[in-house]
Amino acid sequence: MRSDPQEYQLAMPGTLEGVVSLLASQPNIWMPLAGGTDLMVLYAAGKLSARKLVSIWNLPELRGFEVLPDEIRIGAGCTYSELRHNEIVAREFPLLARAAAWTGGIANQNRGTLGGNIVNASPAADSLPALLVYDAKLVLVSVRGEREVPYVQFHLDYKRHTLAPDELIRAIRLPRKYAEYFSFARKVGARQAQAISKVCIAALGKIVHGVIEDVSIALGSVAPVPLRLGATERVLVGRKAEPALAGLARQTVAPQIRPISDIRSTTQYRSAVAANLVEEFVETLCTRAGRP
Amino acid sequence: MSPLAHVAARIEIRLSVNGEERTVSVYPMERLLDVLRNQLGLTGAKEGCGEGECGSCAVLMDGLLVNSCLIPIGQAGGASITTIEGLAHDERLHPLQESFLACNGAQCGICTPGMILAAVHLLDKHPRPTLEEIREGLSGNLCRCTGYLQIYAAVNEAANRSGA
Amino acid sequence: MAQTHIIGAPVPRKEGRDKVTGRARYVDDIAMPGMLHGATVRSQIPRGKIRRITFGGGVHWDEFAVVTAKDIPGRNHIALILDDQPCLADGVVNHPEEPILLLAHPERHQLWKAVEAVSIEYDPLPAVLTMEESERQTEIIWGSDNTLKSFLVEKGSLDGIWEKAAHIIEGEYFTGAQEQLYIENNGMIGSYDSDAGVTVWGSLQCPYYVHKALMAIFALPEEKVRVVQMETGGAFGGKEEYPSMIGAHAALLAMKAGRPVKMVYDRAEDMAATTKRHPSRTRHRTAVDANGKILGGEIEICMDGGAYATLSSVVLSRGTIHAGGPYYWPHVVIRSKAVATNAPPHGAFRGFGAPQALFAMERHMDRIAQVVGLSPVEVRKRNFLQPGMSTSTAQVIRENIDLGRLLDRALELSQYREKKSRFALANRSGKVKKGLGIAAFLHGAGFTGSGERYLSSVVGVEATAEGSVRVLVSSVEFGQGTNTVLCQVAAETLCLPYDSVLIAQPDTSAVPNSGPTVASRTAMIVGNLVRSAALGLKQTLVQSGLLRENYSPQEFHEACRKHVATRGPVRSYSRYEAPPGVFWDDQKYRGEAYAAFAWAVYVAEVSVDLATYSVSVDDFVALQEIGKVLHPRLAEGQIAGGVAQAIGFALYEKVVWQNGRMANNQMTNYIMPTSADLPPIRIFFEELGNAHGAYGAKGIGELPMDGPAPAIVNGVADALGAPFNSIPLLPEDIQAALSGLERPQEGIAAD
Repeated sequence: MRSDPQEYQLAMPGTLEGVVSLLASQPNIWMPLAGGTDLMVLYAAGKLSARKLVSIWNLPELRGFEVLPDEIRIGAGCTYSELRHNEIVAREFPLLARAAAWTGGIANQNRGTLGGNIVNASPAADSLPALLVYDAKLVLVSVRGEREVPYVQFHLDYKRHTLAPDELIRAIRLPRKYAEYFSFARKVGARQAQAISKVCIAALGKIVHGVIEDVSIALGSVAPVPLRLGATERVLVGRKAEPALAGLARQTVAPQIRPISDIRSTTQYRSAVAANLVEEFVETLCTRAGRP
Repeated sequence: MSPLAHVAARIEIRLSVNGEERTVSVYPMERLLDVLRNQLGLTGAKEGCGEGECGSCAVLMDGLLVNSCLIPIGQAGGASITTIEGLAHDERLHPLQESFLACNGAQCGICTPGMILAAVHLLDKHPRPTLEEIREGLSGNLCRCTGYLQIYAAVNEAANRSGA
Repeated sequence: MAQTHIIGAPVPRKEGRDKVTGRARYVDDIAMPGMLHGATVRSQIPRGKIRRITFGGGVHWDEFAVVTAKDIPGRNHIALILDDQPCLADGVVNHPEEPILLLAHPERHQLWKAVEAVSIEYDPLPAVLTMEESERQTEIIWGSDNTLKSFLVEKGSLDGIWEKAAHIIEGEYFTGAQEQLYIENNGMIGSYDSDAGVTVWGSLQCPYYVHKALMAIFALPEEKVRVVQMETGGAFGGKEEYPSMIGAHAALLAMKAGRPVKMVYDRAEDMAATTKRHPSRTRHRTAVDANGKILGGEIEICMDGGAYATLSSVVLSRGTIHAGGPYYWPHVVIRSKAVATNAPPHGAFRGFGAPQALFAMERHMDRIAQVVGLSPVEVRKRNFLQPGMSTSTAQVIRENIDLGRLLDRALELSQYREKKSRFALANRSGKVKKGLGIAAFLHGAGFTGSGERYLSSVVGVEATAEGSVRVLVSSVEFGQGTNTVLCQVAAETLCLPYDSVLIAQPDTSAVPNSGPTVASRTAMIVGNLVRSAALGLKQTLVQSGLLRENYSPQEFHEACRKHVATRGPVRSYSRYEAPPGVFWDDQKYRGEAYAAFAWAVYVAEVSVDLATYSVSVDDFVALQEIGKVLHPRLAEGQIAGGVAQAIGFALYEKVVWQNGRMANNQMTNYIMPTSADLPPIRIFFEELGNAHGAYGAKGIGELPMDGPAPAIVNGVADALGAPFNSIPLLPEDIQAALSGLERPQEGIAAD
């Protein structure tokens, strides 16, 4: 353990109000700590720059799960385990349930939170592409009250986002309109479990009368932020759903992505796999979803 | 004066460990793993990696499997913790401890406390797990000795014994 | 052979209860009164001179004990073979992470800050970072030519075979470094007393290696050094030589501080600083006749030893002897060398040179098959060693091993033929290609050649005051089953219940030197000595009049009690004697290399997903002949664990090197298989017995490391119709290879 606990403060106000007041009182000083599956790793490695932490684990205002007729509101403090085992999420938002099941092992799923995953903003995070295709909206909160940001606008660049220094994510809103969609997700990691993604894809498609009425495709680990493949989507929408479209879709991928070579994988591999996964999605969409 | 001054104050945390109420005087950012091992003398939970990858520090916290190396003790106030030391009752072993013995599920033994607790957690949710469920349930606990085969056998045996 | 009751039975693991209850005591579970914690300041560069060491601000240095090379009372080296590795760098560093100075403090959490506050200025020297650079000898970093060791094995003569050959087949094969990744990191507690001397407790495989090393560091006689093994959480060779280093460090700090010192590495330090498997390059050039029979060939092996010699000569030796595989070579020249690079020294890892050499041999056999137009099955059958034939070191195979039949059985168990035709059809379309791969191999157990005679191991068996029997060995338990098996042997030999036999904690002040716990020798060789020592104990009791010949267990226990009570302790010792008629020439490297070979055929079924280029192993058959199964559960456990570790070697475990240092030194980025990544491993044993092993046993601990990697890569080559000759074989490598090929080569011929 490369950090000295005596050098760290952990404030535990216990309420959302207490937390946001503290954040507002000393901007950029207090770092929110939820389940710890990211920050405690940095801490143990001696690499956590913050010395003052404020616990947001188990805040009642951040937990909970609201089901409304048109949308669900997931508390930012919802853990991956809770997401996986939630009936509505499993039925209507399977990409998110699957991503939750792919994140770490059971022990880390019991502590990792969706809000934490979003704020940590790793481009390799498994649940972020799912949030992109489900058109998520983030509810942000601070002493100034609440505001909303479409998730697609949240990430600005590698590990930079629009959250103000004294803001927290309070909830994630997902519109309940994807139950009839064909969904496709794959995670490509170094092994079958407990792996950081080299590439991951979350995609949805809807075919009506043999035509692609709607399609959303998002990739992780191919850019500094999780990425919606808008250009691919535009090429596909409105076209007749036939397997030959897969090859066309494949060609649109390369110009949109900027995968890097790092300790885990290579640019060449990520590019090849990203294109393969998009092709596989479109092929499967057109052969399977096209059936009545 | 060094900028990295000692700023933390000790606090009292009360938690239940293996059914016993305990109070510890700790810095809130001490890891639950270190508090269990060093203050409470419960050395069953091990540090294999310090990054939540190997699962050898796993304990049950309020019934959920967690990696104790990733939990600041400040967040464990009021929690109910079960460690490997809490499984046996007066020399009567837990069925999983019996089955790990019968099936050679422990070789060097260092992953065993975390692995058994992960299996306890698994059987709690899936009393008669399929092989797939066992593999997934234990996928956060790394074992370098067994290739997992005899661990699956141990989990199956315990499931069959406790079940119908 | 007589029916055995305890040998061959699944008796409970001797220390099992402690392990499943969390009561087992590993070194980091121990705290001693007044104990300090230690840490190491290490080199940040691969090679250079140390110009200046500065103790920076922000740390209360008066609270720390500091040790440098100057504090070493005896010789500043870790005694092993060539004694070239310093205990602490003295003015010069030769690899990243080389230990330079040591710090101790009462509070563990103060150490890392202090380590970071020590700044070291260097005058860097040019570093040699690859085998190829080392071979070029443009920069000499070790000895006169960077060569740590070399061997030449010659059998027959290569004159004329190239002209006679119908085919000359060449190949070059690579294996990478591999981290042992025991789940318990290296750790030792050291204490020093000016009268009593040095004592260390820790995680280790070879108490007497550490003992010898400490004697040299502290210039102390035998009786003033004591080494005690604690419960050890995995070793795999990674705790064969390294504990001498960390033990010396803990003891030096204890000497300086006047208090016991515990040093336990964290994962990042253990991965970066300690030994790994030797990377290797093997080149084959083989003359083969029109029927696919090997006429002869040249094998050239190069291993990367890292910065100091440590165990490279022995790893190289084993690799050299296994280079020809289980095949008959009428003529062969094997040239091998280990070269130095400026990386942390590589060391022992399960298999110890054989996995490297056998990967090459078994990939090469498939290559030969392809060139000649035979199936991988047929080419092996035509070249297998048979009883009466000799190996590349001219060791005659005297046992009744029928490798052709073993291969057939493995094929049947894996449904090879049926699957091969099914896959050939299915692979014509679809995005997932399937393949099957075979590996046939052997593993020699025990120390090579005259090694066991040199070790001259001693085992003791004693009677306790309570009437039990206790085994006294320095062979340690680290999960493989030492405690259990040696107690089984004693119990079986003496016709006593297994539960009444104990085994002493390995403590050099209390047990004799039964040799290191390595080379798959413990059950076979040490077990045999337990047997003879036990018989000696029985004889002593009978001769003393306290025991009749056909005794009951009760009577035996009573005799033990009586003897200890009335006549004092009774211990029987047995010393190793080499079997007669066994001949080994250390100069020419010819003769009986090993007392026994275990034999195996493994079959891997793999799928390659062309969308992700990932390989999954879907089924695995491990069939081996191991002399005698002493304990069915333990034996299965060894094979399953070894296969899993070798799957890691083949497909997942890549060490990423940056300037001589392991850059991916975290569990997140060094990928070992999880439960979700491993196939069902189906394990089968055959037993031919072994005249030189306890109850017929051969060594099995390392055997399973040799076969899976070539079997898997042979399977991938079969699935894709493309060759792969380097491991670890990652999806990135497959993608790069497939994108580079215009059209995949013809698939491997069907049988």
